[in-house]
Amino acid sequence: MTNFMLNISGVNKRFGGLQALTDVRIQIAPGQIYGLIGPNGAGKTTFFNVITGLYQPDSGSFELAGKPYSPSAPHAVAKAGIARTFQNIRLFGEMTALENVMVGRHVRTRQGVFGAIFRHAAARQEEAAIRSRAQELLDFVGIGQFGNRTARYLSYGDQRRLEIARALATEPKLLALDEPAAGMNATEKLALRELLVKIQGAGVTILLIEHDVKLMMGLCDRISVLEYGKLIAEGLPAEIQKNQAVIEAYLGGAH
Amino acid sequence: MALLTFDTAHKPRQSYASMAILLAVMLVFPFVAAQFGNSWVRIIDMALLYIMLALGLNIVVGFAGLLDLGYIAFFAVGAYLTGLLASPQFAALLESVVNYSPAVGEALVAMFGESIRTEGIHLSVWFIVPLAGLTAGLFGALLGAPTLKLRGDYLAIVTLGFGEIIRIFMNNLNDPINFTNGPQGINLIDPIRIFGVSLAGEAGTKATVFIGGFGMPSVNAYYFLFLLLCIVTIFMTSRLQHSRLGRAWVAIREDEIAAKAMGINTRNVKLLAFSMGASFGGVAGAMFAAFQGFVSPESFSLTESIAVLAMVVLGGIGHIPGVVMGGVLLAALPEVLRHVVEPAQQALFGKVVIEAEVLRQLLYGLAMVLIMLNRPAGLWPSPIKEDRPLAATDKDEKEESAVGV
Repeated sequence: MTNFMLNISGVNKRFGGLQALTDVRIQIAPGQIYGLIGPNGAGKTTFFNVITGLYQPDSGSFELAGKPYSPSAPHAVAKAGIARTFQNIRLFGEMTALENVMVGRHVRTRQGVFGAIFRHAAARQEEAAIRSRAQELLDFVGIGQFGNRTARYLSYGDQRRLEIARALATEPKLLALDEPAAGMNATEKLALRELLVKIQGAGVTILLIEHDVKLMMGLCDRISVLEYGKLIAEGLPAEIQKNQAVIEAYLGGAH
Repeated sequence: MALLTFDTAHKPRQSYASMAILLAVMLVFPFVAAQFGNSWVRIIDMALLYIMLALGLNIVVGFAGLLDLGYIAFFAVGAYLTGLLASPQFAALLESVVNYSPAVGEALVAMFGESIRTEGIHLSVWFIVPLAGLTAGLFGALLGAPTLKLRGDYLAIVTLGFGEIIRIFMNNLNDPINFTNGPQGINLIDPIRIFGVSLAGEAGTKATVFIGGFGMPSVNAYYFLFLLLCIVTIFMTSRLQHSRLGRAWVAIREDEIAAKAMGINTRNVKLLAFSMGASFGGVAGAMFAAFQGFVSPESFSLTESIAVLAMVVLGGIGHIPGVVMGGVLLAALPEVLRHVVEPAQQALFGKVVIEAEVLRQLLYGLAMVLIMLNRPAGLWPSPIKEDRPLAATDKDEKEESAVGV
């Protein structure tokens, strides 16, 4: 296994006196659903923010699909092929659902001021392609009928789906989801799970942070466990379940 | 408002009909207004310039959500550029350059010819307008660059500072090299001349402009030019709004971090917003200078920045028809007051009890408070997209989805 979709190693990140991440590494094979779990404050979201360019790491090597990428700016990371969602949903509230997804196409399209004003043939074609692709993606995540609705007024579960559709619009090689099931009930979680499997089926590799261990065990191909910014376990879900260090991290060790 | 709609996406026929009606009214307007005196047309000329300004500012404030309190600086840049390149001012500039550094002065004379020593430079409108747009756009990017990481109040304070810096520069850039002629301002700016026809009217015609044997007052000629420029501005800004870039601007306004994560290079896109907005201001400034024939730093005070911002906010932030309406209302209000209120008081009380200027500020303040309380999105906000799926709106929803997205 040398051809990893995402191959990251030696990530360190310090916030003042707090060592948030210590020598974290992660290797995800193409097409996998990869889980990242850990107790609250373990550094999962920090790690996410580092690999997507929101935080600058102190050190680390970053490779996407065999090519090194620099997590120096979020837009460059998106262009390289990693799209993300946020733990607390961050949609463009006043835009419609469709427009939200259309924004996601920004990084793969190129018309500028000239095309916008003169709307020559190429610009019209691109705009139509953006629109139809955005509608396809809304249909894909199952909210195609809400294209005209203001994003702010969608239900919570639909907002999560919309965020995923928007991320998919950037044509990511890797989709990074930060607690997509947070605040969902059992039915919604089941539907989310189906959606993630469907995305995997479409050939997108998924990196997932989640608290719901039950959901993760059934869904993920491999799992890494973080605690206090350090990787304490890595392996198949069944291995993780039996791992002593993991059990101690979650339940507390014998004192 | 209900009669006129400009929602081309959803009601194309009504929108185009509304536009046609409005255009017809606008075309007839100056001829009717001129019956009551040219000053009324002049008021609307100024209102049209303010509409251009407000539309430019709307790109920055309305679309991209970047609160800019120094926008009038770009108006000033356009106006002073015209002042420098279409008036005798360049001769004064050259004189100071020659005194300061003869070599550079001689080089300038060699470049532009001997006549600039006495007459200055007189560029044609065809150069001035694009040049004013480009220069102001450049200034927009320059002033935008240091503010990229600022938001909200902080951004407002810094842009306010930039606006003042430009004004103070205009006030003081007369020594050692006389660029702006200081507080006296630049006088004798050429009127606009299109295809050999001066819009100020030729000497001895009592400011009447003849086009193909048909004469009209100078203010009417400017009116049509400004109207054309306004229409071009509306066209350009609305096309920008409904484009990939327009969506990127709104995305930045709504959530900058999410916009970055979606691959939008927020630095470039914000700079573009500053720059595009500024270039409309620059063109309006060039028109202002040629129309007045005179520019001085007084015309570009903070109050003016705030007035333009008030047009955007009061009219309907981010909504082009609303912004246009805000521009008309707020630009015309003080002039209308001046022409109506003082004579009315004279007739009623025999003297002026409240001066128009005082009353204007009173009404401005009152209007602002009332609008913020009752219509925080402006007088004519963007049409509300469907809200929660209430039973009452279900029908519209079906219709809209049937039209296809």
